[in-house]
Amino acid sequence: MSDYNFAYLDEQTKRMIRRALLKALAIPGYQVPFASREMPMPYGWGTGGVQVSAATLTPEDTFKVIDQGADDTTNAISIRKFFEKTANVGTSEKTEEATIIQTRHRIPETELQEGQILVYQVPIPEPLRFLEPRETETRRMHALEDYGLMHVKLYEDIARHGAIATAYAYPVMVQDRYVMDPSPIPKFDNPKMEMAAIQLFGAGREQRIYALPPYTKVVSLDFEDHPFDPSKAEHPCALCGAEDSYLDEVITDDQGTRMYVCSDTDYCESRRATGHIGTEGTQPEEVFA
Amino acid sequence: MTPLLSVKNIEKRYGARIGCTGVNFDLFPGEVMGIVGESGSGKSTLLNCLAGHLAPDQGSVTYDRTSTGPVDTVTMAEAERRMLSRTEWAFVHQNPRDGLRMGVSAGGNVGERLMAVGARHYGNIRETSTDWLGRVEIADSRIDDRPSAFSGGMQQRLQIARNLVTGPRLVFMDEPTGGLDVSVQARLLDLLRGLVREMGLSAIIVTHDLAVVRLLADRLMVMKDGNVIEQGLTDQVLDDPQAAYTQLLVSSVLQV
Ligand SMILES: Nc1ncnc2c1ncn2[C@@H]1O[C@H](COP(=O)(O)OP(=O)(O)OP(=O)(O)O)[C@@H](O)[C@H]1O
Ligand SMILES: [Mg+2]
Ligand SMILES: [Zn+2]
Repeated sequence: MSDYNFAYLDEQTKRMIRRALLKALAIPGYQVPFASREMPMPYGWGTGGVQVSAATLTPEDTFKVIDQGADDTTNAISIRKFFEKTANVGTSEKTEEATIIQTRHRIPETELQEGQILVYQVPIPEPLRFLEPRETETRRMHALEDYGLMHVKLYEDIARHGAIATAYAYPVMVQDRYVMDPSPIPKFDNPKMEMAAIQLFGAGREQRIYALPPYTKVVSLDFEDHPFDPSKAEHPCALCGAEDSYLDEVITDDQGTRMYVCSDTDYCESRRATGHIGTEGTQPEEVFA
Repeated sequence: MTPLLSVKNIEKRYGARIGCTGVNFDLFPGEVMGIVGESGSGKSTLLNCLAGHLAPDQGSVTYDRTSTGPVDTVTMAEAERRMLSRTEWAFVHQNPRDGLRMGVSAGGNVGERLMAVGARHYGNIRETSTDWLGRVEIADSRIDDRPSAFSGGMQQRLQIARNLVTGPRLVFMDEPTGGLDVSVQARLLDLLRGLVREMGLSAIIVTHDLAVVRLLADRLMVMKDGNVIEQGLTDQVLDDPQAAYTQLLVSSVLQV
């Protein structure tokens, strides 16, 4: 079958998802149930994010996909291709050029602007899940703002490890009301969530959508005497010298030599293109030569 | 004096079966009320109606809330009722597993209520937890152990600490010493009695055990088939029972 509806999903499904998105935007941090559809890819591939993107894309949009910060992983490439084919939209690897960015596990380093939309792929939307397995009970806890348990988890972390050990999917309080799972982004990215762009979260298998309108208050949970620490890396990026970005450790030879480089590949390349070169870096033209 | 809890004409049915019916009493600040009766007589049903865990089909339960004065806890919003149950009330279950988080350390179990009402200083929470573990005779060194590593008696003491840490005014207990060895029971009773006196707690205690009642309760209610058949001062009821059923119960002819 080659004649898809625009962005693959039929109009009725997209309307249903848009209604869920609008509701989610009206109640920041609240998980809205939606009837997740089968997508022509496995659940682990971010079908929730893909459905949100499909319901949000217009023919004029420029679409970008990142997977752990990179535009060139198999996963990112296939989702990008999927929408090139089914929606015929323009795509870009440049954060500032994209109007819709679908992401798995990262927020781009380049500050997002008004008019942009960031779509997160979410595996487990319920931040209380590991503490309270009963869905009826977690819903009630959200409804009644009964969040003592969330701090119990942080307490246990400190009691066991001397510090809050949660490094990914670090829970946040949204607009002083709902505790939310920011998806498995590193806690380094948490402070960026107070941003100018719209943030939409889609969990396919769990059939939940939630959202943050622009400039929503997002506070990482902590204790007064163990304040939230986004933990910046100790090194600059070996390729572009950036000292403000999230770094991945890369092993560069079979002697186990390590190097730390930006996980956001677009950010790193843009910096090198404008002459910021780290200790191991080269101009991107030469890299691609 | 305003009663702390005023119970009027409470009834709870399970379909056609009566859980409890026509229950009336006032509990005054600092008083401990015992509820005894044979299995199936409606003790737990009544207690759960009073504590807001079950919605009664009839009647009112008026609680003298610190901030506002008397409020009907049956008709209040669930959010308010939950707030009461983690601040001014406490509930001790017969089975500690129902009242503890088995996957959370002892310190976390005790600290949960503090965090639920807004405590956000780890050091202070830990200090208060340590203090409370001490008060229920659990060594500091066990603070990071999970309750699954504790004996039944320790688990029950931990449950008590977890409940009392926020300084509640009214404690509901359903067979708090049930399922424990006799010697462990005695120690727990001693501890409970000390805490009740020291903190000036009001309490409603459901039990099969008349010894528990003798030791802890100022007043006593006897239930049978969902009805309260006799109530009064504990010594009076036990030493001079009026209802024929109570006479049997006290003379130990009936095994309750
Ligand atoms: N969930 C329920 N559904 C139907 N009937 C129930 C339910 N819970 C209790 N009952 C019935 O209500 C009556 C009172 O039960 P309840 O559990 O309150 O008694 P109890 O005095 O606490 O007994 P025990 O000493 O065995 O704990 C009994 O007839 C019981 O079978
Ligand atoms: Mg019972
Ligand atoms: Zn870089």
